[in-house]
Amino acid sequence: MMAAIILVCSVVFLLQFFVSYCRSLIAASIKHALSAEVQDVTGIKSSASGEDFARVVQLLQLCPDRPEDRSGVQAIGAYFGLLGFVRSTIARLIPTLRAWTERERGQCTYFAAVTLERRIAFSRDMFAQQLES
Amino acid sequence: MPGPFAYFVWFVGLLCEAAVVVCALKKHAFRRYLLLNLYMTTAVVSELGRFKILAEYGFSSRQYQYFYYYSDAILTIFLYFALSTLYAHVFSEMNAERYVKMGTLLLLTGTALFTYAVVEQSTAKLVTHFVVELSQNLYFVGLVLTYVLWAAILKLRETRTRLIQLVLSLGVYFSLFAANYAIRNLYPPLSSVFVPLVQVFGLFLPLAWAYAFWRLPEDARLVPARLAVIPR
Repeated sequence: MMAAIILVCSVVFLLQFFVSYCRSLIAASIKHALSAEVQDVTGIKSSASGEDFARVVQLLQLCPDRPEDRSGVQAIGAYFGLLGFVRSTIARLIPTLRAWTERERGQCTYFAAVTLERRIAFSRDMFAQQLES
Repeated sequence: MPGPFAYFVWFVGLLCEAAVVVCALKKHAFRRYLLLNLYMTTAVVSELGRFKILAEYGFSSRQYQYFYYYSDAILTIFLYFALSTLYAHVFSEMNAERYVKMGTLLLLTGTALFTYAVVEQSTAKLVTHFVVELSQNLYFVGLVLTYVLWAAILKLRETRTRLIQLVLSLGVYFSLFAANYAIRNLYPPLSSVFVPLVQVFGLFLPLAWAYAFWRLPEDARLVPARLAVIPR
């Protein structure tokens, strides 16, 4: 009985913490303006769409990653999957929820584009350091 | 013996734990979040100790089992105190540090007494049983405390992004472990699936903390009400 209560509480808390954590990652990156170069590569001008997420993640995978960025990208990937699940189930019945999931999915794409920009800058720095040495 | 994947996850975990300390030092956040960083340093030392004992005595040896569970209990207590420092950060303007310390010690003693009362019936290996149970109970107490802290952050409109992310990632970590232990207690045959997951879950906290120290400046701010699952 005790273990069942702990399990239920843990899963509910986990969902709350996870969603809030992902939204804090997104909120921290949303103020970052994308460079013209990344805007061209990703096709994101002012607002991003959830439909572009997979494509931006593919671009991300082409760049060398940094361990401290990995958790953010994976967490947002899982959050995007969770949003996709909500969108294709409960959100079909509730229009406001559908609009919210669309907005959130777009912000996930924007987060991925900001990470892409950081990775490109990191790769450039590494390349410049190699040239210097 | 652990397989190649388990060794890989172990090695990545060790690197990530070291990365937290390096990132905190580089960003001059080591002293500000002293106990969090000391926890990560202890975790690195403990992982190295586990590896040495595994290499010397083997995976199924009593030495390894004892070292694993005792070091895990010490680390959980350390993390519990690290959580109390996050409380101190959130309530810093209220000068409530003394009350936080007292509350932390009282709750730790209460959890230890409760655990002792539960395991007292089992006569065999009382101390080892106590250590394992204490660790599991502290994960759940830690989870509830993190949830209360998150509620306080929302209520007090705390805006420090780094602090918020440290708290939320700790909440995710505690919930993952508490759910894992609960499933293993409810369905013991599933242990073969959920025991190896502990290592994978363990990667989350160092990765999230390394990100928070490296990417977020101390003066970064956000509106916490926007992060709540239910809009406030």
